[in-house]
Amino acid sequence: MEHMGIEPGRLQFSWISSAESTKFVKVVKEVTETIKSLGPRKHFIKTEAKVA
Amino acid sequence: MLEYTEKIREISQKLLKDSKVDMVIGFRKGTVPMMNEPTFIRNANEVGQLIWDSNCGINLANYLTGRKEKIGIVAKGCDSRNIVVHLVENKVNRDNLHIIGVPCKGMIDRRKIGVIYGEEILNVVEDGEKIVVEGDGDEKVYDKKDVLQENCAICIHRNPVIYDELVADLVEEQKDVDRYEDVRKIESMPPDEKWAYFEGLLKNCIRCYACRNACPLCYCPTCFVDESRPQWVGKSIDPVDTRTFHFLRAYHCAGRCTDCGACERVCPVGINVRAFTKKLEKDVKELYDWEIGLDPNVRPPLDVYKTQDPEDFIK
Ligand code: SF4
Ligand code: SF4
Repeated sequence: MEHMGIEPGRLQFSWISSAESTKFVKVVKEVTETIKSLGPRKHFIKTEAKVA
Repeated sequence: MLEYTEKIREISQKLLKDSKVDMVIGFRKGTVPMMNEPTFIRNANEVGQLIWDSNCGINLANYLTGRKEKIGIVAKGCDSRNIVVHLVENKVNRDNLHIIGVPCKGMIDRRKIGVIYGEEILNVVEDGEKIVVEGDGDEKVYDKKDVLQENCAICIHRNPVIYDELVADLVEEQKDVDRYEDVRKIESMPPDEKWAYFEGLLKNCIRCYACRNACPLCYCPTCFVDESRPQWVGKSIDPVDTRTFHFLRAYHCAGRCTDCGACERVCPVGINVRAFTKKLEKDVKELYDWEIGLDPNVRPPLDVYKTQDPEDFIK
């Protein structure tokens, strides 16, 4: 995805077991922060088809 | 490579006469120059249709999917690698195949020739390493190496990797080829430029799916793009839909694509669709040191779990 122009950090992967609540919170925080710093997304936005 | 034709006919005739196979899949001359078409020969007296020259770029492994008959198939390097993929993925049974191996010297790119010739082309003949083009303009002669298909110019598996007999001696493989120059160029771009590059690449795509149809890897009974319940991807030519089709198609070929170039060759608007698949090919090579389609007895890396598999991308 990054190869075609999605900013690094916008797409993230994680493996969290249902027992790892602390890890879950940590990852959610990190992801939110990275995405906030990247700003609103610019790509893969589909506008409604304009019908006359 | 022209002398291969006689040998292909001879082998096919024998196979059909002796009822070793029910049909032979090969090439016959197309109706326009530089466009040979696949053909299924079922009768020994039809083998005269079979030919071989530098316009046999379509991947014949595509026609083997799910077939149960005994088949003789003409296979150059990349076709043979896709046959291996088919064997690994249980799409065809090795015992049903008689592989007529063709040591390949590269296929020519009809678009390149069209552009440099500039006028309508009526006939193209080959003379060893020269390509003679006749048409509305003057007769022109080009060096074959200058008009090769891009994937052929960087091919390192010209010889069939699997075969029952050969039509000629094996050819020398190309050495010291830089297979990923174009991929590295894109990798070095900043994100916005990358996005713009692919946007430009796909702007003429008409979503005809010829690239998918020509690919031996794309054999799902219902392709994700055709599915309507649920609809995974919009069917319009909105750039978002087009891009989604292309990157997902490429992902489905990850670790499977042999860079045979059939997809690119068949695109009616000349889109370099290999720009997607080659990145994945490079990644699989770097991460798993893997080249697809060389050995039917080894499972591909995306098919098996190994404890030393790289996993840096997962937090
Ligand atoms: S994706 Fe294109 S180059 Fe790769 S195997 Fe399919 S047709 Fe060949
Ligand atoms: S063959 Fe070309 S135009 Fe057709 S869907 Fe593929 S890239 Fe688009």
